[in-house]
Amino acid sequence: MPDLTSQKIPVTVLTGYLGAGKTTLLNRILSENHGKKYAVIVNEFGEIGIDNDLIIGADEEVFEMNNGCVCCTVRGDLVRILDGLMRRKGKFDAIIVETTGLADPAPVAQTFFVDEDVQKNARLDAVVTVADAKWLSDRLKDAPEAKNQIAFADVIVLNKTDLVSRPELAEVEARIRAINPYAKLHRTERCQVALADVLERGAFDLDRILEIEPEFLEAGDGHDHHDHDHRHGHDHHHDHGHSHDNHGTGGLKHYHDEDMQSLSLRTDKPLDPTKFMPWLQNLVASEGQKILRSKGILAFSDDDDRYVFQGVHMMLEGDHQRAWKDGEARESRLVFIGRELPEQTIREGFESCITT
Amino acid sequence: MKEFDPGEAAASIISVTDKVRPIAIGMPVTSVHFLGDQAAFVGAEESVAMVNGQGEISRVSVHGGGILCAASDGSRIVMGGDDGKLVALDAKGEVTLISTDAKRRWIDNVALHPDGAVAWSVGKTAFVRSGKAEEKSFEVPSTVGGLAFAPKGLRLAVAHYNGVTLWFPNMVATAEVLEWAGSHLGVVFSPDNKFLVTAMHEPALHGWRLADNRHMRMTGYPGRVRSMSWSVGGKGLATSGADAVIMWPFASKDGPMGKEPAMLAPLQARVSTVACHPKQDVLAAGYSDGTILMVRLHDGAEILVRKNGSEPVSALAWNAKGTLLAFAAEDGDAGLLAL
Repeated sequence: MPDLTSQKIPVTVLTGYLGAGKTTLLNRILSENHGKKYAVIVNEFGEIGIDNDLIIGADEEVFEMNNGCVCCTVRGDLVRILDGLMRRKGKFDAIIVETTGLADPAPVAQTFFVDEDVQKNARLDAVVTVADAKWLSDRLKDAPEAKNQIAFADVIVLNKTDLVSRPELAEVEARIRAINPYAKLHRTERCQVALADVLERGAFDLDRILEIEPEFLEAGDGHDHHDHDHRHGHDHHHDHGHSHDNHGTGGLKHYHDEDMQSLSLRTDKPLDPTKFMPWLQNLVASEGQKILRSKGILAFSDDDDRYVFQGVHMMLEGDHQRAWKDGEARESRLVFIGRELPEQTIREGFESCITT
Repeated sequence: MKEFDPGEAAASIISVTDKVRPIAIGMPVTSVHFLGDQAAFVGAEESVAMVNGQGEISRVSVHGGGILCAASDGSRIVMGGDDGKLVALDAKGEVTLISTDAKRRWIDNVALHPDGAVAWSVGKTAFVRSGKAEEKSFEVPSTVGGLAFAPKGLRLAVAHYNGVTLWFPNMVATAEVLEWAGSHLGVVFSPDNKFLVTAMHEPALHGWRLADNRHMRMTGYPGRVRSMSWSVGGKGLATSGADAVIMWPFASKDGPMGKEPAMLAPLQARVSTVACHPKQDVLAAGYSDGTILMVRLHDGAEILVRKNGSEPVSALAWNAKGTLLAFAAEDGDAGLLAL
């Protein structure tokens, strides 16, 4: 079988609150000498100072699907633009979709889940969020859009780090991690990030859902852990109980975001697929508005293959990935990122799917 | 409106594949139109390949990028491109620039009126230039998904999100809006001017009876409907999007209301393109596996025009007399069949 995934054009969604530095990053991607040609879908013509006939202005039209699901929205303009761009297949290697600073990334991502024609030609590569190190903490308090963009991200470019002190940087990182501990985080000045760290990430590729560990538990990812204060436990912002798995933070000061959290579940006992699948589908059907992203690697009873899934709000896709390797721990792990997640209900539901 | 059930595969049939003159267009093709007896294959970008009765190909450059839309009235093809240009190509191979968008925005849709008027759209704005060369524009609430002229009078249907706007460019009266939730892409009037049908972003059609704006929901498709064609006299609307040609009955005053569509030429592949014969109750259907069939409407009898095993069929057209059928697959592998 030919690898069909690789023939599809990768699409990177570039998001970030107003003034964070999206255009700076875009200009870098377009001007750097990397031998690749990008088609770019932007909101504001003229902000990009590079002449490229593959820069297309978009209207950011969010359409509801006629399927009775209120959070099932797609970017209608994107469907049309991608269709038009496919006329020039071969003239570009990848597509970047820039959203406005106030946009919710979900309709863009969902366009790739629901539209057959879009799926045939293109694949969502990753959601990259540019965040302003100086102002993000404030925006997380007063702008729900900024919080959405952090929660949704696969990659976070924490920009303008030169404008903040080390404690301020630690503070904003901790606030990001309270919402989304799973995204790759890169600290930058003027968006000086290696392009390989933001492009061709394969974050929505089921075959690449290898690890869903919280990012800050990983070693060797470029983080300078010596920078962080060890103030765990006596931070006045932290007024919640320590009930979340993601609080094993290895030295980072951490927060509990009031309304956006991640929830991780794991078990080393096999899951019953006849219970788990209906449970998961019911969960996203009933709580899908709250669940922004979900991912999982699953070990089912009487099944020698790993099963992987991912979802955006109510939309799920999943498949058998590969056989469990000899000696590999057959552990199931799930992650949900969302708003006001009903943790107790989710935990109890998950427990009931474990074979006894 | 009723749903239809997906059908079973067909048995072996009569073949005219040996009568087809094969043509290698050498570029991806998105549509084909006859200008006289020349078949003009519209490429995905930059040029049109004009093929005469002897199978000789001449390439005409029409756009400086992707060709996003095309419409023909038999004497010219009007095309819009991602270079912001609207151009016309005639049977002599001459290209005329009709309009250029000042901001180089994409020309997304185009439609032609029999009296020579041309309509096109850029984003949310529809433009009409009538024979007298005066240009008028009209803005709808969201990006235009499709355009169609009514068969009588100068009236333009503009499809968009949550409905269709019927605009009379030469009248001061406010435009009429036909509402239906969802994103409307293609739009067609029935030849008798009694019905309007849109292809939606969802795999469904929506229709209105224009006398009383009664709704017609035409659902059950596994895929989006990208090709629609009226049979001779407007008795039926043939559509792509399923594993058979779905033919909705429009002969009575109620159109397809309360009726089931006919399902013709079922195969184990999705119908990608349909083209009804201009004089007889026959249609040609192209499939996602490259198959092309001619189908007699009253009994569903099939004749094989092209075997399967290639890229999806992307273009099909009859000449005005109905004596020639032109086709092309997405990769530019094309042919002409003289009947």
